Amino acid sequence: MTISQDDIKKIAYLARIKISQDESILLEKKLTGIMNLIDEMQKIDTDSIEPMSHALDVNQPLRKDEVSESDIRKKTMPLAPEAEDYLFMVPQVIE
Amino acid sequence: MLNLSLKQLSQNLNDKTFSSLELTEFFLSRIKKYNKQLNAFITIDESSSLSMAKMADDKISKGEHKPLTGIPIAQKDIFCAEGWRTTCGSKMLENFIAPYNATVIQNFNDIDAVNLGKTNMDEFAMGSSNETSYFGSVKNPWNLDCVPGGSSGGSASAVAARLAPAATGTDTGGSIRQPASLCGFTGLKPTYGLVSRYGMIAFASSLDQAGPMAPSAEDCAMLLNSMASHDHKDSTSIDHKKEDYTTNLNHPIQGLKIGIPKEFFGDGLNASVQKIIEEALDKYKKLGAELVDISLPNSDLAIPVYYVIAPAEASSNLSRYDGVRYGYRTKEYDDLMDMYFKTRQEGFGEEVKRRILIGTYVLSAGYYDAYYLKAQKIRRLISNDFKQAFKKCDVIMGPSAPSVAFGSGEKKEDPLAMYLQDIYTISTNLAGLPAMSIPAGLSNNLPVGLQLIGNYFEEGRLLNIAHQFQLSSDWHLKIPEGIS
Repeated sequence: MTISQDDIKKIAYLARIKISQDESILLEKKLTGIMNLIDEMQKIDTDSIEPMSHALDVNQPLRKDEVSESDIRKKTMPLAPEAEDYLFMVPQVIE
Repeated sequence: MLNLSLKQLSQNLNDKTFSSLELTEFFLSRIKKYNKQLNAFITIDESSSLSMAKMADDKISKGEHKPLTGIPIAQKDIFCAEGWRTTCGSKMLENFIAPYNATVIQNFNDIDAVNLGKTNMDEFAMGSSNETSYFGSVKNPWNLDCVPGGSSGGSASAVAARLAPAATGTDTGGSIRQPASLCGFTGLKPTYGLVSRYGMIAFASSLDQAGPMAPSAEDCAMLLNSMASHDHKDSTSIDHKKEDYTTNLNHPIQGLKIGIPKEFFGDGLNASVQKIIEEALDKYKKLGAELVDISLPNSDLAIPVYYVIAPAEASSNLSRYDGVRYGYRTKEYDDLMDMYFKTRQEGFGEEVKRRILIGTYVLSAGYYDAYYLKAQKIRRLISNDFKQAFKKCDVIMGPSAPSVAFGSGEKKEDPLAMYLQDIYTISTNLAGLPAMSIPAGLSNNLPVGLQLIGNYFEEGRLLNIAHQFQLSSDWHLKIPEGIS
């Protein structure tokens, strides 16, 4: 499996990470190396095997849908890079 | 104070031989003296630590003393601690002041343990040498030209140099055990779900597990007593009956069946490491244990599977860093998209970006079945290997890492060589099993760790088996020269 410049462009877009031309050239070799390591998996037949998504096969518990901590805005909003009147500020999205 | 176990420290605090304030000042002064060289801590907050110590002394004077009350503990900078800067080793969270406590932190606060500071780590816990940290690499106190291992490298360096009597770590693929091995002390990764992940910054949610790092198994047992708890704030937290992990430390281990997986002793294992591991196994035989040959046939696939599952989960978890709600935001941007792209380009380091890209790739349309689903299926096979093995033995032993600590910069540019550091530790994360590393000897004056893998929820037994070894050896008490 070879990761091409086009692949990098596509996945960098999906991951929302800007990649410079120089970075992209370096990444091609390193990502291809990692994918070759990963491709070791293909040598084994797994057709009848149930996938394991979790370390322990347990059920996800449900809790009551109740407020536990109300109004945490005073604590959390000061962490925003830009906020006004308890609103997160972002560049204009809708014209 | 330097060489006392947590149990002895606790007794001395309770007897008022010294106060928590004196003890905390003692370790803060050691940090001041050695942190420039080691870079083990990212954040020190003397006034917070000392005020916690005063509170602990107050509790002790009222007779409200619990086993870890007043004991300073270094916290890996992956745990949110209210009012403390919590960076996860990343520029992305350089100025993030946690607005709440992780459950692990809360559990320590509830018994008035002292937060001694936040330790350095690989960025978002991705690394095996602590060289991916935005806050600079950490040095191994046994040899300052060597790495301490990772990702819990700051905690490891701090414990090894006795800048803290104990520390916390997290282990996604070996991040407690490999640094414990390379720095010469005891580290435990519990069964997945035993310790709450709430407030522990997520890397790969189905693998991440927090655990104790300290000189001895007895210390780790005391720490685990506080760390393990069922938590409604973490849906993967397991409702396991509360145990006292110190109770069974002294059980005899006569007749213990130790499984030796042949796959852990093949090519790639350093010969002098192998010799020390074999000597440790001989010691167990003398203590009355029996060695049994076992096989974990899919072990060689653990690294490929891990490098699908962990990056896939990381690419999803790290999508939250968008420069909107908290964390870093780029300074100049044209529009929202441009802001996302530049924020993530500038905020993440190289290794983190590589893993996000791999994760995005294996989850992208057309590749999901070939990679992610395939990896999940092999994960089941790896887990089944352990189930079979535990029919023949009580505990599995082998090396924690393939070599002793390696030189700084040696593997930094070669991700594949770095990934092999976790070859013996990753499979237990995939299976969710508990495992430890304990000091077994020195090779060229660098520590070697013996790995112990137990069945689900057998932390008590693992600690007992480790403690019995430590009663008749002193490798866990060795302190690097030039540090004391």
